[in-house]
Amino acid sequence: MAFNVISKTVMKSLFSKPATAMYPVIKNEFYPNTRGSIEMAHIDNCTFCGICSKRCPADAIAVDRAEKRWEIDRIRCIACSFCVQLCPKNCLSAERQYTAPMTDKSHKLFTIYGQVVSQEDASQEDVSQEDA
Amino acid sequence: MGERTIIPFGPQHPVLPEPLHLDLILEDEKVVGAVPSIGFVHRGLEKLVEKRDFNEMIYVIERICGICSFIHSQGYAQTIEGLMGVEIPARVKYLRTIWGELSRIHSHLLWLGLMADAYGFESLFMHCWRVREKILDIFEETTGGRVIFSVCKVGGLWKDIDNETLKRIVTVLKDVEKETKKMADVFTRDYTVQKRTRGVGVITYQEAIDLGAVGPTLRGSGVVQDMRTLGYAAYGDLVFEPIVEKDGDCYARTIVRVREISQSFDLIYQAINKIPDGEIDVKVKGNPNGEFLTRLEQPRGQVVYYAKGNGTKYLDRFRVRTPTFANIPPLLKMLPGADLADVPVLALSIDPCISCTER
Ligand code: SF4
Ligand code: SF4
Repeated sequence: MAFNVISKTVMKSLFSKPATAMYPVIKNEFYPNTRGSIEMAHIDNCTFCGICSKRCPADAIAVDRAEKRWEIDRIRCIACSFCVQLCPKNCLSAERQYTAPMTDKSHKLFTIYGQVVSQEDASQEDVSQEDA
Repeated sequence: MGERTIIPFGPQHPVLPEPLHLDLILEDEKVVGAVPSIGFVHRGLEKLVEKRDFNEMIYVIERICGICSFIHSQGYAQTIEGLMGVEIPARVKYLRTIWGELSRIHSHLLWLGLMADAYGFESLFMHCWRVREKILDIFEETTGGRVIFSVCKVGGLWKDIDNETLKRIVTVLKDVEKETKKMADVFTRDYTVQKRTRGVGVITYQEAIDLGAVGPTLRGSGVVQDMRTLGYAAYGDLVFEPIVEKDGDCYARTIVRVREISQSFDLIYQAINKIPDGEIDVKVKGNPNGEFLTRLEQPRGQVVYYAKGNGTKYLDRFRVRTPTFANIPPLLKMLPGADLADVPVLALSIDPCISCTER
């Protein structure tokens, strides 16, 4: 039995840089693989087939073919990337950055419209955020 | 003889990261009995198989636990693959082994830290977790997640690790191994650590078998049992021996885990040396029909998966028997006769994972 086996490590860490990053000052770099938030990258390719919404294990995506609306609930989404891998048109992508924190749930839905059906809609909303 | 008092221990307790609840019956400072109750984090995940198809279900299953998430998804995939008679490519087996062993290292390092924290050794706790962080970085780089990987699927994997990256992982791991050795030294040699763990919570060879202990709790009592010897994934091609200690006390259980970390490093090096090139998935056709049972070795011990399919895309039944559930009876055996101050150390020595247990 020995006393204070850890003392060498403790001494070393006294004189070395901290193991943690100085977060807000030094920005955290994510890896290319990091599954942050799910984004609609190519809305023009989307056929609104609804595969992503049917297969999502968390029921986070809603797709409306008639309205050409694709909508994701950021709070429900568990960032599993299943939708990204399943989309036949490869229009979804998992971005590295996580979604921004929210103080209330009013911004949990992210909605995006495709090439809009009727003329009036086109003038109002192309990319819009909707209240829950 | 003193008067009897009942002290509730948990589900919210400073030393326990898990909602384990024990009613401790005390006579003065000595524990004479303990009544466990579980069910504080029950989420009904097994029932969800009736609502989510078998491909989606893997994302639910891996969320049973944040520590053995990969091994849960591996076990689920293995069960369904067995049920449907899918033969997976060799590269998948090796990659699953590598990620599984990395999970074991990070789980054991996490546990060593928590154990150190349980007897008040704060700096050791911090250092264990500092070392563990490098493993989490490897996970994030290769899978995209630090805790939940979502790389396993029925019939293979979503992501490959290219051979360049595997080589780089070996260099990173060599560093981590060196650092881990320093921490391991403290656990094996330090006077204060031994003072708290030696001779505490002894489970004999026979008791361990009778009470159905699994994993390091069982191997710490001298029983040679390790599910990896069944040869699932790539373990059949790798050389290793189950790690066993004789004493059956907290110290023995710590040593089993410390030695398992070095074993895992070795298994990863072996797997990276032998990994064949090839496909990372096969097409899965049809729906599961029939019954299947798989056993795997998690960091905490043996885990059992059972699945029953009915020919539709929804399973009839899916059941997980997690290692902590099996290790609660041995814990109750250890407690009587112990001091109240030793209870945290004893509870942690089985490495309780209550979210696994309750699902
Ligand atoms: S995102 Fe892809 S899967 Fe989803 S509706 Fe559009 S085309 Fe279909
Ligand atoms: S990442 Fe997973 S949970 Fe999130 S929207 Fe896609 S399928 Fe659903």
